[in-house]
Amino acid sequence: MLKISNLHASVEDKVIIKGLDLEVNPGEVHAIMGPNGAGKSTLGYVLSGRDGYEVTDGNVTLNDADLLELEVEERARAGLFLAFQYPVEIPGVSNMEFMKESVNAMREQRGEEPLTAAEFLKKAKAACKQVQLPLDFLKRGVNEGFSGGEKKRNEIMQMILLEPSLCILDESDSGLDIDALQVVADGVNSQRDGKRSFIVVTHYQRLLDYIKPDFVHILADGKIVKSGDASLALEVEKGGYAFLGKAYEETEA
Amino acid sequence: MSEQIEQALERKYDAGFYSEIEADTFDIGLDESVIRRISEVKGEPEWMLEWRLKAYRSWLEMEEPDWAHVDYPKIDYQAISYYSSPKSMKDKPKSLDEVDPELLRTYEKLGIPLHEQEMLAGVAVDAVFDSVSVVTTFREKLEEAGVIFCPISEAVHKYPDLVKKYIGSVVPRTDNYFAALNSAVFTDGSFVYIPKGVRCPMELSTYFRINEQNTGQFERTLIVADEGSHVSYLEGCTAPQRDENQLHAAVVELVAMDDAKIKYSTVQNWYPGDENGKGGIYNFVTKRGICHTNAKISWTQVETGSAVTWKYPSCILKGDNSVGEFYSVALTRGRQQADTGTKMIHLGKNTRSTIISKGISAGKSNNAYRGLVKMGPKADGARNFTECDSLLIGDQCGAHTFPYIESRNPSAIVEHEATTSKVSDEQLFLCQQRGLDTEKAVSMIVNGFCKEVFKELPMEFAVEAGKLLEISLEGSVG
Repeated sequence: MLKISNLHASVEDKVIIKGLDLEVNPGEVHAIMGPNGAGKSTLGYVLSGRDGYEVTDGNVTLNDADLLELEVEERARAGLFLAFQYPVEIPGVSNMEFMKESVNAMREQRGEEPLTAAEFLKKAKAACKQVQLPLDFLKRGVNEGFSGGEKKRNEIMQMILLEPSLCILDESDSGLDIDALQVVADGVNSQRDGKRSFIVVTHYQRLLDYIKPDFVHILADGKIVKSGDASLALEVEKGGYAFLGKAYEETEA
Repeated sequence: MSEQIEQALERKYDAGFYSEIEADTFDIGLDESVIRRISEVKGEPEWMLEWRLKAYRSWLEMEEPDWAHVDYPKIDYQAISYYSSPKSMKDKPKSLDEVDPELLRTYEKLGIPLHEQEMLAGVAVDAVFDSVSVVTTFREKLEEAGVIFCPISEAVHKYPDLVKKYIGSVVPRTDNYFAALNSAVFTDGSFVYIPKGVRCPMELSTYFRINEQNTGQFERTLIVADEGSHVSYLEGCTAPQRDENQLHAAVVELVAMDDAKIKYSTVQNWYPGDENGKGGIYNFVTKRGICHTNAKISWTQVETGSAVTWKYPSCILKGDNSVGEFYSVALTRGRQQADTGTKMIHLGKNTRSTIISKGISAGKSNNAYRGLVKMGPKADGARNFTECDSLLIGDQCGAHTFPYIESRNPSAIVEHEATTSKVSDEQLFLCQQRGLDTEKAVSMIVNGFCKEVFKELPMEFAVEAGKLLEISLEGSVG
């Protein structure tokens, strides 16, 4: 479904991704780990088309469509979802209103009728309960005054409602206590249906105890330097990124 | 990203058409004979003419104010025509059937059907076209409740005692340069009287349309809510798209007697000029209300049009326990300039006022909030709360805040909060990543910013106002 080949990307003329290859098939969960500054978050932004992240070489296809040709909103409507590491606040725009517009934009893309307010409310309430947020969060402004953990859960709620085909989770575990981590992981696991694919970007192995990956990739200096199964994550947990060489050991220290 | 915002902000002014309607228009220029002629075509009594002439003579002695944070070329008052009326209105049509269909079509095009059966139920409309009122709907139904809602030119004849008593009682003839000019040359506008204890059975509204070229519109509205009565009133305004600037200098006076409540809402969408600042309306307006004991006046305004806006709807809180409110959204784009705000004059004991102002600046526009909160020596226990928020879109616009606070009473409490924020790339990216296009995203963010004010508008118009912001922000056809 997602095919990245020889991807090069830069931010403000600084080359961050330097020849990245990755193939994700339907239903697979890929974890991407790596030291700070390896380009983990950049990958999520490049794939979702954020302004300022310039692709200088390579190809990316999503379900055989040329992803790089699409605008940000078109990529989203094509089924790409990015759960933000630091979700931004939109004061005065209620979560409900925001997600209803968003869900209906996706439905329109699929040639489906927009949901009525009542239909949407029912779905939204269920999703809200699933991520264990009080229902009044639907009425509150988007991320307005939410704690870090609430913001992360709100992202997962949106993911559940939007039913994307590819979910990129950008450090969805950072800043979470163990209970919140469990809620986020449960939310993600509930969406694993054998067809939906996930790219889980994380700094720590901890999240992968809850979301079992099929593949683990180590990203360093803009490239995937090592791939393996879940055991690779445990190796990293034990020995850090020492195997990458001295330079990384020092950054991590 | 900012390029996308720029595109989303490209203006499309839907009300910019001109109606081919034959008009009787005065030659340009202003002197006493012009005022006499206005008074004559309106068939006014002598006292009204005298009142106008006194205003004119004071105006001649006054100087145009220059303290506002706006910049425009000097207005040539001799290059304006002070009266224009559709020819067909000369015979004073008695019912809608006799009104020129082209006039009715103009209002229909603007989304204001004047046939009662087609209208929003529960809203009565006075339609003012250039210098005359075309029609006032639902008058009979209102008369049953004892409510008077008619053009002010008609009120001068039919209710001279009320007009004589209240006109100029809140905004004196010599209040300021533009108010004096208006007092001299005002042509039409609405008059409302709600008798004691009556709750007006429907929303009242006036729709102002400037059509003729080189004319000014000088309307005057007077609303008197007698003891214990309630009324909600809304005004809307549009004008054709033209390269020349046109002057609109209105005066609105509100009188809320003991225990009365007046809610006055404005959706102002005068032609704002093109992206280079060519053309557009100069909107220089004086609006003020007086509250007697326990009375309440609430101003809500959504200002999206005009090249230059100079406007400060105010409350004189004379009676004890009276309440004044001001809720404002002012959006400026292109080269628009707005200097708007309010004055809350606390005279009575335990008077309270709330000011919520939301300024949105985009393009190369300038948006200023100017507000005065004054606590008089007898205003024991008076309170004011002011919140003044500015939202910037792009990096070439300006937002300014000029609060003035004068307190002469140690027990009075004045609070002022102000914030300035930007529509950020992060917010836009989040919206787009969730499948929304830039236009939708910007209008959603802006609407969210204005929420506190929109919820104060009468329901039918809250939707309207939201849409207006959408249209204002849309790049393509709205």
